[in-house]
Amino acid sequence: MPFIPHTDDDIREMLAAIGVKRIDDLFDEIPKELLIDSLDEIPEALNEMQITRLMHERAAIDGAPLCFIGAGAYEHHIPQAVWDIATRGEYYSAYTPYQAEASQGTLQTIYEYQTMITALTGHDVSNASLYDGASSLAEAALMVARSNRNVKSGRILLAPGVNPTYGKVAAAIAGSQGISFERLPMDAATGNCAASLDGIADVVAVVIQQPSFFGTLEDVDRLTDWAHEHGALVVAVVNPTALALLKAPGHWGEDGADIACGEGQPLGVPLSSGGPYFGFMTCRQKHVRQMPGRIVGRTTDLDGQPGYTLTLQAREQHIRRSKATSNICTNQGLMVTAATIYMSLLGFDGLAAVARRAQRNTARLAAGLGAIAGVERLFAGPHFHEVALALDRPVGPVLKALAERNILGGFDLSGLLPELGNALLVCATETKTEADIDTYVATLGDIMSKESRRLA
Amino acid sequence: MSELPGDLLFTSEHEWLRREDDGSVTVGITDHAQAALGDLVYVELPEVGQDVDSGGDMAVVESVKAASDVYAPIDANVVAVNEDLAADPEIINADPYGDGWIVRLQPFADIDENALLAPDAYQALLDEEDV
Repeated sequence: MPFIPHTDDDIREMLAAIGVKRIDDLFDEIPKELLIDSLDEIPEALNEMQITRLMHERAAIDGAPLCFIGAGAYEHHIPQAVWDIATRGEYYSAYTPYQAEASQGTLQTIYEYQTMITALTGHDVSNASLYDGASSLAEAALMVARSNRNVKSGRILLAPGVNPTYGKVAAAIAGSQGISFERLPMDAATGNCAASLDGIADVVAVVIQQPSFFGTLEDVDRLTDWAHEHGALVVAVVNPTALALLKAPGHWGEDGADIACGEGQPLGVPLSSGGPYFGFMTCRQKHVRQMPGRIVGRTTDLDGQPGYTLTLQAREQHIRRSKATSNICTNQGLMVTAATIYMSLLGFDGLAAVARRAQRNTARLAAGLGAIAGVERLFAGPHFHEVALALDRPVGPVLKALAERNILGGFDLSGLLPELGNALLVCATETKTEADIDTYVATLGDIMSKESRRLA
Repeated sequence: MSELPGDLLFTSEHEWLRREDDGSVTVGITDHAQAALGDLVYVELPEVGQDVDSGGDMAVVESVKAASDVYAPIDANVVAVNEDLAADPEIINADPYGDGWIVRLQPFADIDENALLAPDAYQALLDEEDV
């Protein structure tokens, strides 16, 4: 469907029809003192030639380092076909397909996406996506508060392995709506949830991240059953690549997690300095009316032909206004299109192969780095494609020394989680060769020994 | 439009009330309201034991084309909800004044009939809306 802008005549006609002189008059309910007349901090506009040059210069500064950073966004190989197809005009400009009869292609793409995501999470329904992983957790928090009406406390418990940034974003969005977030105690040896959860009650939901932020694997069956036995719902924060190997959230414990959400970036979306990405969300059928966002359904038309349409729209902001399940959500149409193409090209076996290779690479990396004097693994037990390391010195200078040798050595945990000490989170996806990993191990070994000599 | 049951009171938001012998009040939506909404697909019910305020929302009725709040006509406590609506919301379409009742309320005070509409007054309101 082509993009059709309003012409000046259209705008004049519409304003005349509602008896308003200027577009600005539509906003006259905003108090004058809140309006600003100039944007002093915003530089003058650049033309296309200037902005292209600026962007090339900035991209050149990034260089082409070996990246071992994960921590929520992962460098995966994206087959060339993904973005060749996704950037075709038909996909590139398509966004929200409210006019079903003119949007069948977009609707079918979203429907296929929903089908693939529910296949990964083991749930009944998926929405058409959300902004990103962190805001998907915020939406899940609001959703469980609506769904679990038996519990009034507003308390949501986060497993210790939930991405700390996700916790902050969820608190920022849901915190003003009577919802509070608390961390479950951590078992220092494994980084996972402590064995004893005695004395914890009156909880709306428990959020479990699998694999955890530290790459470790939680005992999701135990936590899910514990939550359900205590009248709490379960929100799973999951990595879609890992789901090709790990148990789907819909099958955790006796009854399965109630909602699964997370960051969709690993599915064909480039790192791009942090975005745009997309969040995904799936749930069990019984929670569907509390799910935010668009849902595409398949039906048959009057002639018996299959067709697609937005469904359950009475939950949504264009129908329910202030009582909608969410007024701050959208679907990330383009990112989801890329993810759908990515998943269809890889297939389930391809995704599992990516996950296995990443897991193997990270195991090799962890073994190599762990053998260096002054470097130890922080947590015992199995890991997916990420491992936390404890260094015998502050992490920042070590990462700087690595960056000078063209290696992005990982994510410094000491900023977000100072209680873990000098902790570094490293990740090796399938994009790393054995030679890359060996280069990193040798370089870090060199830096650690030189620094040690300098200290001694 | 069929004749309105004479023993009911109404609101301008298209809810009806029936005073029961035990002092409780049964509430539903009118035949006009169900017809305007069309086939109902979902009813969100309040919880038994919950207090509701007159004019505040108490339930949601959702059809294939719209979702609409059902407002509490009086200050009251919810003593029962029509659980059958969860599986079969279309009962409201079929029998809005009978099996399609939505909640039963225990009022906190005597019902102020002046704040509600008698059948003839509600009929007048419908006639006006039709014009």
